[in-house]
Amino acid sequence: MTVERLTQLFAERRRDGRTVLVVYLCVGDPSVEDSRACALAALEAGADALELGVPYSDPTADGPVIAAASYRAIQNGGSMKSALDVARAVRASSDAPIVLFGYYNPIMAHGDDVLPADAAAAGVDALLIVDLPPEEGRSLRDAAEAARLAVVPLLAPTSDADRERAVLARASGFVYYVSMTGVTGAGHAPLEEAGRSATRLRVRAGLPVVVGFGIDSPQKARAVADQGVDGVVVGTAIVRAMAEQETTPERVRAVGDLVRSLRLALDAS
Amino acid sequence: MSASSRTGDASNKVTGRGPYYGEYGGRFVAETLVPALVELERAYEDLASSEAFQSEWRSMLADYVGRPTALYRADRLARAIDPSGDKLAELWLKREDLCHTGAHKINNALGQVLLAKKLGKTRIIAETGAGQHGVATATACAMMDLPCEVYMGELDVARQAPNVARMNMLGARVIPVTAGSRTLKDAMNEALRDWVTNVRTTHYCVGSAAGPHPYPAIVADFQRVIGDEAREQLAQKIGALPDAVVACVGGGSNAIGMFRAFIDEDVHLYGVEAAGEGVESAKHAATLTAGRVGVLHGSRTMVLADDDGQILEAHSVSAGLDYPGVGPEHAALKRSGRATYLTATDEDALEATRQVAHTEGILVALETAHAFARLADIAEREHARLGRSAVVALCLSGRGDKDLSTLLERLAP
Repeated sequence: MTVERLTQLFAERRRDGRTVLVVYLCVGDPSVEDSRACALAALEAGADALELGVPYSDPTADGPVIAAASYRAIQNGGSMKSALDVARAVRASSDAPIVLFGYYNPIMAHGDDVLPADAAAAGVDALLIVDLPPEEGRSLRDAAEAARLAVVPLLAPTSDADRERAVLARASGFVYYVSMTGVTGAGHAPLEEAGRSATRLRVRAGLPVVVGFGIDSPQKARAVADQGVDGVVVGTAIVRAMAEQETTPERVRAVGDLVRSLRLALDAS
Repeated sequence: MSASSRTGDASNKVTGRGPYYGEYGGRFVAETLVPALVELERAYEDLASSEAFQSEWRSMLADYVGRPTALYRADRLARAIDPSGDKLAELWLKREDLCHTGAHKINNALGQVLLAKKLGKTRIIAETGAGQHGVATATACAMMDLPCEVYMGELDVARQAPNVARMNMLGARVIPVTAGSRTLKDAMNEALRDWVTNVRTTHYCVGSAAGPHPYPAIVADFQRVIGDEAREQLAQKIGALPDAVVACVGGGSNAIGMFRAFIDEDVHLYGVEAAGEGVESAKHAATLTAGRVGVLHGSRTMVLADDDGQILEAHSVSAGLDYPGVGPEHAALKRSGRATYLTATDEDALEATRQVAHTEGILVALETAHAFARLADIAEREHARLGRSAVVALCLSGRGDKDLSTLLERLAP
């Protein structure tokens, strides 16, 4: 499966006129077991795909909520290895696409020529590496191609035609459009504009485009979806909802409730 | 650990203008920032090398900074280190402490702020550890009329209080960073988050020879005035090159500025890293000596990290060396064997501070003191290599007024 799993999901959802809902979790916050349970709860409640965040000590593209979650996660067993464990556990009971989301240094530490095969074996379908522009990490990209894993490219409002060409040259799976100049969780993203840009980008890329950063409510998710994008990513709101609860069952319930409300908003006609 | 796909590429010289230095360097940042780095790279290539820009910057260095800085022969210290003179014939100090604002950091800050101004940027941000780069950037911004915000780890805000006060007096806003180790690494994280948010209007003035391309190249170019001057002054004073040059290395800006002028000559290059409480302890900042290959703050280089790839906290008594990464050019110089990197502990540095003050009447920065602390060792090595007494030039990168509270606490006067 791997990259085909993504292609198939986006094709099906487009045919049905539905927007793909991608849910991000930071693995290990507050425990690896919570991440596993909440990932399954998110899929149960209507998420179409998961982004499993590999925590990193210096997450410079993340805002305070996910940065704090990363620090907690590292203290509580979050790592590349435990992220692959969670992927394996999810894959045992679900066919939903799984994207491994993170920074390059933990991948280098794992070995960037072996990670794609290890990730594919754990049921991962794509890698999304925030700090790896297309000019870097050739050996990782080669290994990912061999393992049939997508390496999801990012584009941002600052990307010009030159960058777009460079970024899309080796793109597969889907394109992640960053809604604004900023870090994850920022409240000021011009989401409708981002949705329109992403929809135009979709035509040029010939790939599905999802929008992320700053989508923290059902209303905002719907506002982006209305512009015709293929999918939306919700991360900070999920991490925050989990952090507000005291116990695993409460966190599972909170994630389920939030995902259901997002699903409902996206599917309402 | 896999090899870089670019390793062995003949175009990747160990030194030069990047983006790669051997297998190190590159540009590992969020895509949002790439266009700004491309813009900066173009401006740096076209504008910064233009005669008009160079002449404007050079006249600031001459009339405002006070360049050329002195090159001083430190005979009393040389004899204190090597009483017979058999090993250390002459010790020359490149007096960057005499620069306006008290350290070499002003060379680069003026160059970058001038470049930002030409690019039409309306706001400057910076990170700082010891506060010297923060003070230098605040100074350049006051002089060129741009608002300045400086990110500084909370721990460094406390231990370098005089520099925080100086930045405030210069009209800059100092933003304490409470995340992680609350030192230079975390200040750089926060500066990068600010930059990704305000990239269209803001220039990030990086002070270290680290970060994504083109920063290591820009900083090295703006700092090589140190080595160029030292070389010319030595030619006038002794009619020869030194046998060795020495500098402390955190991110490595003063060291690369000193090294660049001698890299194609038969001159040994020595960098001294901070060993904190000892390289074998977990509390040090000796990245080149005890680190591993990784990616930090946009560049592939040597880093302090664990097996999971999490960056470790560095430790040093000197805030300016307290960093778990290092400039990629130093990683390449170490890998190729062109430069030698040694270490000095907190205790070594404190003792060297006392010795330089008592023998030469110069209170050096704790960062610089690490370079002084290895002079006896370096004289020994050079004597063994040359079979005669050596001429050594050391970059005295900054003055120690900022460290008085640490010195009073750790060193009985």
